[in-house]
Amino acid sequence: METPLLIFNENGIYCQEADVYLDPWHPVDRAIITHGHADHSRYGNKEYITHKNNVPIIKHRLGDILVHGKEYNEKFVVNNVTFSLHPAGHIIGSSQVRVEHKGEVWVFSGDYKLEDDGISTPFEPVKCHTFITECTFGIPPFKWMPQGEVFKDINQWWANNREEGKTSVLFGYSLGKAQRLLKYLDTSIGEIYTHGAIENMTEVLRNQAQFPPTTLITRDTKKKDLLGNIVLAPPSAHGSTWIRKMVPFVTASASGWMAFRGARRRRAIDKGFVLSDHCDWEELLTAIKSTGAEKIIATHGYTEIFSRYLRAQGYDARTEETQFEGEVDEVHIEKKEKEEL
Amino acid sequence: MKLFADLIRDLDSTNKTTSKVAALVEYFIAAPDKDKVWAIAILSHRRPPRPVNTTLIRSWAAELAAIPLWLFEESYHIVGDLAETIALVIPSSQNKSDNSLFQFVEEIILLKSWPDKEKKEYLIENWTNLSYYERFVFTKLITGSFRIGISQKLMTRALSKATGIEEDLLAYRLMGNWDPSTTSFHNLIIKQRESDFISKPYPFYLAYPLEGEVEDLGSVSDWFVEHKWDGIRAQIIVRDQEVFVWSRGEELVTDKYPEFHSLPGIVPDGTVMDGEILAFSNGAIGSFNDLQTRIGRKTISTNLLKKTPVVLKVYDLLEWKGEDIRKLPLMDRRQLLERLLTLERMNELPIHLSETSQLCNWEEVAAERSKAREYRSEGLMIKNKNSPYRVGRKKGDWWKWKVDPLSIDAVLTYAMRGHGRRTNLFTDYTFALWDKDAEELVTFAKAYSGLTDAEFRKVDAWIKRNTLERFGPVRSVTPQLVFEIAFEGVALSKRHKSGVATRFPRIVRWRQDKKVDEANSLEDLKMMISIPQSQHE
Repeated sequence: METPLLIFNENGIYCQEADVYLDPWHPVDRAIITHGHADHSRYGNKEYITHKNNVPIIKHRLGDILVHGKEYNEKFVVNNVTFSLHPAGHIIGSSQVRVEHKGEVWVFSGDYKLEDDGISTPFEPVKCHTFITECTFGIPPFKWMPQGEVFKDINQWWANNREEGKTSVLFGYSLGKAQRLLKYLDTSIGEIYTHGAIENMTEVLRNQAQFPPTTLITRDTKKKDLLGNIVLAPPSAHGSTWIRKMVPFVTASASGWMAFRGARRRRAIDKGFVLSDHCDWEELLTAIKSTGAEKIIATHGYTEIFSRYLRAQGYDARTEETQFEGEVDEVHIEKKEKEEL
Repeated sequence: MKLFADLIRDLDSTNKTTSKVAALVEYFIAAPDKDKVWAIAILSHRRPPRPVNTTLIRSWAAELAAIPLWLFEESYHIVGDLAETIALVIPSSQNKSDNSLFQFVEEIILLKSWPDKEKKEYLIENWTNLSYYERFVFTKLITGSFRIGISQKLMTRALSKATGIEEDLLAYRLMGNWDPSTTSFHNLIIKQRESDFISKPYPFYLAYPLEGEVEDLGSVSDWFVEHKWDGIRAQIIVRDQEVFVWSRGEELVTDKYPEFHSLPGIVPDGTVMDGEILAFSNGAIGSFNDLQTRIGRKTISTNLLKKTPVVLKVYDLLEWKGEDIRKLPLMDRRQLLERLLTLERMNELPIHLSETSQLCNWEEVAAERSKAREYRSEGLMIKNKNSPYRVGRKKGDWWKWKVDPLSIDAVLTYAMRGHGRRTNLFTDYTFALWDKDAEELVTFAKAYSGLTDAEFRKVDAWIKRNTLERFGPVRSVTPQLVFEIAFEGVALSKRHKSGVATRFPRIVRWRQDKKVDEANSLEDLKMMISIPQSQHE
């Protein structure tokens, strides 16, 4: 039997024909990277290929690495295999990877969402034979509201807290979510303060998108400076001594997991805003349909449930274990976050 | 409905008790009286009888969401709450219903007698037209109890703030068997009554676990020491020639215990006793396991009544000759209690005095405690002789000094996702012990508590990587992790595969230092079963 165009081995998703890995989890010679989150772009590869907007992000995270930036839709050939990157709409610089060899086309989605967040280049479906998809939120209870409504709620929450003389602390992952929140906070309500991890990452991205001004919280920041204002912090800051200084405060988290009442209560967060940089259930189904693919490989998330559903819909669907695998929870995000800090 | 749904949303939007109370106060001020009665009923777990069985509810919800039933079930296992799952999978509507909470509840009560087809139409119409929180609340009313992190105490506090009526008085008025569909807010909460209902119990006084050293309590002569009986805490009321038995869950359980039906006529009217219902046969106290056969049965067969009779171990008297004597010092109440037990024909009744131990110093008290298991007690109760009978859990006068739990090292074999705040995490575990002869693991207990959130997350991640098989929400895992499981008691049981039942099993710690073959055996567990001394009263 012929080796498939992409296989899943101990190091990552591997194209044997080109000798290239996609988002490898162990160090390899040549890696194509979908986006800058820690479980997709790891240390130690000899050569990185990624979208040009992701270059400053992974350089910030991984230091002095050998990296080539590509444009979306720019074709490049490695050992007779044609690769190109396409917008995934997940975070700034995130891509899907299209792999073509002898007329056969595979697409690896990385992480993606369909809604245009106004910051990252919106997702574009790519026709393919085999589509490798995440399904972090691949069950029907996950259904996102348009982000405009969510931000209306977030700004309303901030305004109410300000009225009660409290500091609003909003948790979001420092790469991606934090900037998306920042972009739509209503600066007429008050000032925006940031945790170091978020401040630094935002600084890296300021020449790629417009963000309101922020103030980094330092040792010298006074409690009264924060009152009525909003603090953007990574989830790992929850319950830390850093945050206890801000009393009286109200906490909220912005994440897809906040759709579950239990997830919020477990983390002892006051308010949850359902806002995700991943697809919800319907978006996943829409995206898969728009690729025209017949073969679907589900990687991380509710893979078994999701692929079982796809099979019932007539797809040739299966699951593959990856290191982004596991029923990704906020625990996972916290882990990512810690690596980030 | 909007007001009540908004209340639930507000309670959901904060993790702070003060904000929760504030939201409740606001609701109790703004809501119409008829709604308030139902809100109080619902928050104190008095929901209308379930009008539709959940199998039908699930299939209708899956149909409306246009997903296969198995996918709905999988989603439910992950979300961990049926009403929440339904509220999430059904497409959202921007509509809001003008119907008030009580109108919905009245409809839901009537719904029970409708044919399935009309039930379905009713549910689908409301699911389609209600907003997310309204749909969640509506479905909760139909499917189950409202566990949303609001204790009765918290609700009573809010009600007190909203009405200006004392908390203790409200706690008393809210006890017992009132029917929200026939009780008005005024009659329930506001109206002052002379006699109130004759069935009304007093709020139970609950003890705190002993803090620090027992010697710190001062002179032993200031305290009554008695065994802490392991049964069902109960108040037995005799008024107007009628008897009422209340369990601590404020449940009227008179019908379940025919043993006490002969009290009127012997126990004088205007008597309220506090004690523990225990299984008792052949002159000895039975195990909680024996008593378990009586709990949860609506009808008690003569056979069962003969096999597992019960008694009341009585230790306090709250009302005597129709007078509330809770403010009297405990020694005076006990004196009256002892006098009650000497009344004519009292010895015919299944009422036994919980004896106080005559002990001279704390060493003797400690020695008495170490004999608890022989007496089938959980340890000791230490009560100040001058204490009044207080309301709720209060520190200072009544202490419980339990025996140290038994414990055993067991192997994690199955895991299930938790509910509530543990939704989506594998936190409900089944444990097994070695059967030495068969060289296999035998399930012996389930436990849900005892690990920290961080440990639960670690074990959860391990479970996901080490799953062997899935059975719906349950997973079997590689037998590898060892945990120390503590429990209050152990007894032989025919209902359990292992042949033994443990009482209150919980996780003490994760024994990362132990390998799976170092876990204990079933024989080790059976060695812990103690045979109680026969007691003649």
